[in-house]
Amino acid sequence: MANQDDEIILSELDDDELVLQMHDDLYDGLREEIEESVNILLGRDWAPYDVLTKALVEGMRIVGIDFRDGILFVPEVLLSANAMKAGMFILRPLLIATGAPRLGKMVIGTVKGDIHDIGKNLVSMMMEGAGFEVINLGINNSVEKYLDALESEKPDILGMSALLTTTMPYMKVVIDALKEKGIRDDYVVMVGGAPLNEEFGKAIGADAYCRDAAVAVETAKEFMFRKNNILAAGG
Amino acid sequence: MHLDPKTINDDTLTETGLAATSVADVSGRVLLLACGALAREILALTRLNGWSHLDLACLPAKLHNEPQKIPDAVRAKVRDARARGYTKVYVVYADCGTGGLLDKVCAEEGVERIEGPHCYSFFDGNEAFAERSEAGEITSFYLTDFLARQFDTLIWAGLGLNRHLDMPQMVFGNYEKIIYLAQTDDPILEAKARAAANRLGLAFEIRKTGYGDLAGFLATAAKE
Repeated sequence: MANQDDEIILSELDDDELVLQMHDDLYDGLREEIEESVNILLGRDWAPYDVLTKALVEGMRIVGIDFRDGILFVPEVLLSANAMKAGMFILRPLLIATGAPRLGKMVIGTVKGDIHDIGKNLVSMMMEGAGFEVINLGINNSVEKYLDALESEKPDILGMSALLTTTMPYMKVVIDALKEKGIRDDYVVMVGGAPLNEEFGKAIGADAYCRDAAVAVETAKEFMFRKNNILAAGG
Repeated sequence: MHLDPKTINDDTLTETGLAATSVADVSGRVLLLACGALAREILALTRLNGWSHLDLACLPAKLHNEPQKIPDAVRAKVRDARARGYTKVYVVYADCGTGGLLDKVCAEEGVERIEGPHCYSFFDGNEAFAERSEAGEITSFYLTDFLARQFDTLIWAGLGLNRHLDMPQMVFGNYEKIIYLAQTDDPILEAKARAAANRLGLAFEIRKTGYGDLAGFLATAAKE
């Protein structure tokens, strides 16, 4: 009988066992193990998109559920996200090269005056994992930076994040600028951040307030589904 | 108010807060309902000014890390105070990351709160703090006397920085400086704040603010 303390040799696990182990390793935030496992699956001729969805995204989905239910806290989620990031680093070029399906494109950034990016980066990573192309503008973004990125990237979705009570009103400044330019309805605007709430999202004219990264992904998928249906009906 | 700021315990203020002063007859008395992180400063000001008709109750300062819980906790305490007979209740909480939800609770319960987005802001002076932010002071993390004393509990362990070597960088990577907003002139606290900055690998600055806008707010409450 195997001793529980025996070290697991990842390369000796069959595919199903390895995928389950990756879910565990993501949950535990084990970056190096995730890198090794991603490479093992790729070495077994797994499609990069399958590695992403079946191993990484599914693992992060479990992390997301336990975060929502108060079992995991921000530090654990961050470590999980860090492990996923390492896996994504390997997969990203392969996904592009293999033409993996894209659900849509998002430009995302933390608003002017705010340097907090943990939540925004989680959303970015989860969106990418779910099949969105994500342009991450980083922190402290002015209206001009958002507008420039919208013009050059032509995304489906604009995501804005803020952690401070003092900076969250800037989201309205950006949305008002979109209205002034007559381009508000060209984008789905999603907002999030610790001090935000549903009411605030509505008050500033966003399409959706997302309380966490998992909700952001589901909301984005829903909007893209609707958009595609409208386009299909129109076409 | 009979509490001595020197006898209250910081860990208690962080974990459980402070029960309202037990006075049988509260008629004519005013209750200050505050964050535990402000207890010492409030007690110091009330003693200094002889505001003996002001009572204090505190919610645990650890709510600092879970601001979504603050509005309901404040509402419960306000109602509890009303049930005890207090007709005048003041909330000594800034918005504290509640995104306006605390203001909503205060309006619904008919109580006033101290102005400002954070305690850092009203200690610094709300106007000055806003000006500094506008001028670009956005990469600074603020400590107060209480946060300097409770750095290990509320920041280091409270934010999970002790869980993994990468955590401090992940959480504080975009910060450049710790600004210690000092309410008192205490070399021990300054050393603690400086040590916190070193631990996070950030530059350090001390800004001797005193009690800032807190003094004015308490004076208003005391006039009632």
